[in-house]
Amino acid sequence: MSALKIKKGSSSHSAYDLRDPNVQTVERHTLAVIVANEAGVLARVIGLFSGRGYNIESLTVAEVDHEGHRSRITVVTTGTPSVIEQIKAQLGRIVPVHEVHDLTTEGPAVERELALFKVSGKGERRVEALRLADIFRANVVDSTLESFVFEVTGTSEKIDAFADLMRPLGLDEMARTGIAALSRGKSGL
Amino acid sequence: MSKKQMTGARMVVEALKDQGVEVVFGYPGGAVLPIYDEIFQQNRIRHVLVRHEQGAVHAAEGYARSTGKPGVVLVTSGPGATNAVTGLTDALLDSIPIVVLTGQVPTFMIGTDGFQEADTVGITRPCTKHNWLVKETDRLAPVLHEAFHVAVSGRPGPVLVDIPKDVQFATGTYVSPKDTKTSHYAPRTKGDADMVRALVEAIEGAKRPVFYTGGGVINSGPKASRLLRELVDTTGFPITSTLMGLGAYPASGKGWLGMLGMHGLYEANLAMHDCDLMINVGARFDDRITGRIQDFSPNSVKAHIDIDPSSINKVIHVEMPIIGDVASVLEDVLAVWKERGSRVNGKALKDWWKQIAEWKAIDCLKFRQEGKTIKPQHAVQRLEALTKDHPDRYICTEVGQHQMWAAQYMDFDEPNRWMTSGGLGTMGYGFPASIGVQMAHPDALVINVAGEASWLMNMQEMGTAIQYRLPVKQFILNNERLGMVRQWQELLHGERYSHSWSEALPDFVKLAEAFGAKGIRIDDPADLDEGIREMLAYDGPVIVDCLVEKHENCFPMIPSGKPHNEMILGENADTRNAIKEGGAVLV
Repeated sequence: MSALKIKKGSSSHSAYDLRDPNVQTVERHTLAVIVANEAGVLARVIGLFSGRGYNIESLTVAEVDHEGHRSRITVVTTGTPSVIEQIKAQLGRIVPVHEVHDLTTEGPAVERELALFKVSGKGERRVEALRLADIFRANVVDSTLESFVFEVTGTSEKIDAFADLMRPLGLDEMARTGIAALSRGKSGL
Repeated sequence: MSKKQMTGARMVVEALKDQGVEVVFGYPGGAVLPIYDEIFQQNRIRHVLVRHEQGAVHAAEGYARSTGKPGVVLVTSGPGATNAVTGLTDALLDSIPIVVLTGQVPTFMIGTDGFQEADTVGITRPCTKHNWLVKETDRLAPVLHEAFHVAVSGRPGPVLVDIPKDVQFATGTYVSPKDTKTSHYAPRTKGDADMVRALVEAIEGAKRPVFYTGGGVINSGPKASRLLRELVDTTGFPITSTLMGLGAYPASGKGWLGMLGMHGLYEANLAMHDCDLMINVGARFDDRITGRIQDFSPNSVKAHIDIDPSSINKVIHVEMPIIGDVASVLEDVLAVWKERGSRVNGKALKDWWKQIAEWKAIDCLKFRQEGKTIKPQHAVQRLEALTKDHPDRYICTEVGQHQMWAAQYMDFDEPNRWMTSGGLGTMGYGFPASIGVQMAHPDALVINVAGEASWLMNMQEMGTAIQYRLPVKQFILNNERLGMVRQWQELLHGERYSHSWSEALPDFVKLAEAFGAKGIRIDDPADLDEGIREMLAYDGPVIVDCLVEKHENCFPMIPSGKPHNEMILGENADTRNAIKEGGAVLV
């Protein structure tokens, strides 16, 4: 005798409510996380994202204060507004995390990414690649008779656009740093 | 400035003494031998040798929950550390302050897959509040002091310090806690004044209010419980609590509705569903509490007092978030209340209590004890009746039906008297926890209400109980089933009882005797009281094997994915016209 009249396939068959209560639009946010540069701190931040099912679109990390041993982690993430709030609160309670800033909501910010492109080819393709690189204000940081390595700095969209242009011209390999971001204006974090 | 030169191993003992630690639960092994050598040469700190590292962590949890002080664990590297993982996760989910010290292979061997090497900080990173690998002896003392600070500050939780063997052997400088640089980690404890005022105004205007309290009140300390009682009694509001918060407000108090949640009381859950003001004090809207999110208390304004900002709006959106320590915030609320000369809406409150009285009349915990088989509820009820007047009683539980029955049928008038694994639901928790409680309170009555399946998961700790003469009472409700699993299979999986019965169970009486303890079997309702009295009278550890009805279900129950007002009641509840057909149905 089953005391429950529950339709098959309903989430009542689970010990959990399987329906997603977060029917909200997904947003993209850039977070600046200032952390004590101690062993394992990056693993803590990344582990938080993977463990709680959050997304990482881009991640950049380096020590920015050598005396104070502070690193800045710039992480681009996507989620509904409530998930973004959760991410910030969860980051904030990691012990070696000193500050969490949402550059997307705390006023205007600049975002830049650096990328290196290896493009190989001969003749007209090579000339065209160089011409486009000039338009994108890319620097040539290595050159052989059959290849270039270009350095491009800009928004992620600009780097995507440059990659699209280089592909038919002999794009062999690319490396991207992920986003570094700062708020605009005089005041710092 | 007290700066002394000593070995790392000595520093560990020194730091524990300076932190006021009296008891350490542990198990030795190769990578912690230098520390064990230091423990051997002193008398200040008592070491309790458990029989499995998981038991050590649960014992430390029991110690911590019953005293409010951090529990301390010392285990070796590799398997010693990995066996501690379940306990760490348990403590993390229930916010219990414990400090676990693990040995590690020497620093120069880390990464070589050395004997008994495991990446302990890597493995335990997600199941601790914070952890450290100490690679220099000079760093050891500051890290140990910081570990205690992090464990007890803000929302409490487990921390782990991994200490390589060469760091234990090497000599360095010891610094005392007061000479250690204070950590930047200092969570906010004072609530926002405007929000506190808003809450007081909401209390003044509320027509159908309810206090919903949790383990945060107990973690905040005895003062928080005192202030909670004052606020509840001043307002005359009803109050319910999560499993974790039982005892913060006395079960004998006027405002008490009983526990809420999946197996909570009918009146508590309906009050949550129908209220117009919900005041969450140190609880976290766990899924066993909320049921279906969309239908959770649809018409209420909600306030949430919590020390952890990440608890706010995690599951349920609240209008009045107050981030702060429960005691500090309640103190402010009461101060504003008095300053404003506040009054509640007495007339509306009277109607609300009338409504609650109607729900109470359903008597959702009613059951029938008849025939020669002991109903598990009856067994717990008799245990309660025969022990409630004991001046110093502590109750632990394992996890499952018996746990819910204990929560439903036992009353707690003080905080820190109830030790149960709430968030993680760890079978095998209760027995070692009872050992930890008894270590902290040698003269108290410590009872572990257990199921036979859970109890067997850490039965080896019987050796610990005997060795340290800990008179813990193991009250096993033996239904030869994994009762809660069986219940779900009956109700939701077409009565296909897949692997939910216990075959080849030991003879618990003989088992007790094999360890040198006392065993009592009770299988007749007529012998129940006598059996319990015999258990209480015996000066030493006892296993009671109480054979109970094998197919009893635990009601009331909110099936997962259902709202609070769609509870299932047991067939004996006085449902009058609320239920259309016989037996247990949705109401």
